[in-house]
Amino acid sequence: MIPSEFEYHKATSIQDAIAKLAENDEAKIIAGGHSLLPMMKLRFAEPPCLIDINGIEELRGISVEGDMLVIGAMNTENEVLNSPLVQEKCSLLTEAIKLVADPQVRNRGTIGGDVAHGDPGNDHPAIMLALDAELVLEGPDGKRTTPANGFFLGTYWTGMEEGELLTQIRVPVREQGVGYGYAKLKRKTGDYAVAGSPVYVKMNGDTVSDIRIGLTNVGPCAFRAEAAENLLRGNVITDDLLKEAGALIIDACDPAEDLRGSPEYKSHMAAEMAKRAIRQAIEDARN
Amino acid sequence: MSEATTKQEREAALEGMGCSKKRKEDARFIQGTGRYTDDIKLPGMLYADMVRSPYAHARIKSINKDEALALPGVIAVLTAEDLKPLSLHWMPTLAGDVQAVLADEKVHFQYQEVAVVIAEDRYIAADAVDLVQVEYEELPPLVDAHKAMDPDAPILREDLVGKMEGAHSVRKHDNHIFNWQAGDKDATDRVFDHADVVVSQDMYYHRVHPCPLETCGSVASFDKVNGHLTVYLTSQAPHVVRTVVSMLSGIPESKVRIVSPDIGGGFGNKVGIYPGYVCAIVASIVLGVPVKWVEDRMENLSTTAFARDYHMTGEIAADSNGIIKALRVNVLADHGAFDACADPSKFPAGLMHICTGSYDVPVAHVNVDGVYTNKAPGGVAYRCSFRVTEAVYVIERTMDVLAQKLNIDKAEIRRRNFVKAEQFPYDTCLGWQLDSGDYHTALDKVLDAVDYPALRKEQEEKRAKGELMGIGLVTFTEIVGAGPSRNCDILGVGMFDSAEIRVHPTGSVMARMGTITQGQGHQTTYAQIIASELGITSDEISIEEGDTDTAPYGLGTYGSRSTPVGGAATAVAARKIQAKARKIAAHLLEVSEDDLDWEVDRFKVKGVPGQEKTMKEIAWAAYNNVPEGMEPGLEAVDYYDPPNFTYPYGVYLCVVDIDKHTGETHVRRFYALDDCGTRINPMIIDGQIHGGLNEGFAVAMGQELPFDKQGNLLGNTLMDYFVPTFVETPHWETDYTVTPSPHHPIGAKGVAESPHVGSIPCFTSAVVDAFSHLGITHMDMPHNAYRVWQQIQELELTE
Repeated sequence: MIPSEFEYHKATSIQDAIAKLAENDEAKIIAGGHSLLPMMKLRFAEPPCLIDINGIEELRGISVEGDMLVIGAMNTENEVLNSPLVQEKCSLLTEAIKLVADPQVRNRGTIGGDVAHGDPGNDHPAIMLALDAELVLEGPDGKRTTPANGFFLGTYWTGMEEGELLTQIRVPVREQGVGYGYAKLKRKTGDYAVAGSPVYVKMNGDTVSDIRIGLTNVGPCAFRAEAAENLLRGNVITDDLLKEAGALIIDACDPAEDLRGSPEYKSHMAAEMAKRAIRQAIEDARN
Repeated sequence: MSEATTKQEREAALEGMGCSKKRKEDARFIQGTGRYTDDIKLPGMLYADMVRSPYAHARIKSINKDEALALPGVIAVLTAEDLKPLSLHWMPTLAGDVQAVLADEKVHFQYQEVAVVIAEDRYIAADAVDLVQVEYEELPPLVDAHKAMDPDAPILREDLVGKMEGAHSVRKHDNHIFNWQAGDKDATDRVFDHADVVVSQDMYYHRVHPCPLETCGSVASFDKVNGHLTVYLTSQAPHVVRTVVSMLSGIPESKVRIVSPDIGGGFGNKVGIYPGYVCAIVASIVLGVPVKWVEDRMENLSTTAFARDYHMTGEIAADSNGIIKALRVNVLADHGAFDACADPSKFPAGLMHICTGSYDVPVAHVNVDGVYTNKAPGGVAYRCSFRVTEAVYVIERTMDVLAQKLNIDKAEIRRRNFVKAEQFPYDTCLGWQLDSGDYHTALDKVLDAVDYPALRKEQEEKRAKGELMGIGLVTFTEIVGAGPSRNCDILGVGMFDSAEIRVHPTGSVMARMGTITQGQGHQTTYAQIIASELGITSDEISIEEGDTDTAPYGLGTYGSRSTPVGGAATAVAARKIQAKARKIAAHLLEVSEDDLDWEVDRFKVKGVPGQEKTMKEIAWAAYNNVPEGMEPGLEAVDYYDPPNFTYPYGVYLCVVDIDKHTGETHVRRFYALDDCGTRINPMIIDGQIHGGLNEGFAVAMGQELPFDKQGNLLGNTLMDYFVPTFVETPHWETDYTVTPSPHHPIGAKGVAESPHVGSIPCFTSAVVDAFSHLGITHMDMPHNAYRVWQQIQELELTE
């Protein structure tokens, strides 16, 4: 539980962090540290240098720009959770963060760190997919914006280029007819999900005109249940249809066995969580 | 103001027994000013860290320390070879076995201690651990206890090969530790052969860990000039540790001081002596400077003491009305690589023979075989009294199975078999004498409180709709307060306990006990006992424990023994003081002792109002005006050897709803009625019961130490190991009856372990009850969502 020796650099600006990262390609950015520090204490990760971005004011703040809600990457989970703006513009985040880890972790853990770490067990990657978010990355070659869809490539593997920093998360603000749902099964507070599912629906009367179903911790990375989405899109949701969608979700999952359960159990739970989230989302869209 | 009111006011002012006085210790704990072992920092102190085995079973081919020793700041790296000249590479266990301090040629479990690094700081020590190169040759691991005695099983303990005379019995196999039996086998078998009804249930009480908030650790400080050894240690039994350390090191016991400072929970984890303590002590003796060893969470969960791991079969022979005619219990006990169970010496399976429970069982037989496997040693009493949880689990589960087989309600079958109030003291067929109880009253109180018939009706309706609702019921009897020295000792020392009370001239009190608090609130409750006995307010009574240089010798705190044994010593010592005070009062009032009445806090001359001496006045006189021939001072010591154990009991009822789709169990209601005899501090009792129920909930619903086929421990972090937070914890409803122990000076029985012991089978009873209409009689713990879901799948309850 004692990490190996490392150098510590407290970055003063985004540019400073990027410059420091360029100096040492084995350096790691530390945000809230709730994924990285346990790995370092177990010596699974032994970065020679940590670049601390907690002091960078530009990475904070939550605002609305046009039809996008813009969240600085260094907002803690609790800052996002307690933001009335987030509640108003994209309540999926508010509801989902209530189920992230525990209050102490949410005081330190950041939304950007959760997304950028690329852990399939983290909550935000699947949420980003369900929300069709955009991620703003800055690196030695400047700033770029990339869709979350396609960003998550594998376990601890994302579309971030070497030397880049995630600076902002941009999610579409809630439109008329949109509803959100989030269901997560976990063994206990603070655990990763056995399976989790954030869902976005857009309703046209009783018909689902659009739907995005994210899935957490049931594959090498967060992904969308596209076959199920295609089945449901343009339809009135019935129990039979949901059951069929559940079967498609089970087929799409590829979880690893661990103490949370067998792949079979986890896949079934993914389907169950998705079904619950879909029902919630439809209900949410009505209100 | 009337005399009576004054008397009541004086009584209330004492804040003695029966008062829900807030805990004296909480002020420092909640302000973070407790002083734990890891808070101790001595000048020049070095730090120890362990090199541990990655394999469950392997031969050590070589150990190369060169790179580690070359790291600046590393002082020493010790292996078994280095401890051999001191004969400290192995150490005796409490169970009559030996345990490797550092692995001697072989490793027997994953994470076993192989070498110890001593360095100038904690960080260097950790870096050096990585630099010690150990070459292993893997051996086939023995993980499944059921295969331990197969003819072709790998032999674990090469040091014992050919030694077939074990500490407790002849050994049948090189991996066999002991066979232990209680009761009359032939008579029991005869009843079974001719019984109307026989039920038999296999059950596995899984391997768990007490997981206290504070892990184990020690700071050893040897003074080379005067030959004194001081060890700060997270110990539930500091005096016994002193004796063992003296015996192992050859240092006279008078020059060994063990200090247990504040302890962040014990639950049995801090009874034994661990390799880290021995290494820190050896290193301090050799180097002449203090050495600290404190384990981290993974080391705690992996190496220092597991609990349970009993493969049990419970069998009951009964008549067609469900009246028990005989009980048979068979156990295969997985003790890991070394038999380091913490039990009274004569009982290798602890007090397993309390397994007749609360029932009038005519004849019984218990058979326990202990075996070695490639797992960590331990077998501690996790918030229980020496295997009582296992005993209560097997009888309560088997009672449910009998009820189910005969289609008799599980409350009714218990009622029919209870030992009746008029049968106490009741001699069980396995040799215990239950001191007092009124089980029928307790059961009725609980069934009324929850409206049991309404719950059963609701369950019937839910079942008709395909929903899963379960009602668990447990009526347990514990055996605590080890124990009478005629049948209880630890390494030959009888299991008495002690109190030494000093009343100062101004009437305040300092008292020291041989027990040691770890969260039980001794500083409050012992003071309350003394307050009531001596008429001195409990705020003026200071309690000290844990420093062997100042406290009287005692066996420590575990097995709910503080109140039954230490509390008794405290009351008796106080009564000795009161007896002397009576003599002084008689002298001061110039009357005979017989002319005096004791009233709350003073002696009064019978029939002469106003003629009285308060305890404060007597205390002052004890130091300047005692009767001729009496020595001055007002102190007493008592070493209390209890005549019997005490037998607290309870009735617990649990209602669960199970989510068919996820397997999650929601505990809707948990009603716990406890009878612990006289209640010293109701608020502390409630707190203890809440804590015990939480830990029972944890064990039943999630805690486990699982191993893969190679003997790798799969869940040794708090990510996997279930410690419930307030989010998971159910709402607890508590209740009580009071049936004092007839042999205890104040009638108290001990309480902190009952909720753990009693709640665990109650959760199982409730979960199984949700499936009992589908023919399920038992489900093994932990009842986590995944395991319950598998049961649901097997029964094809979801489409």
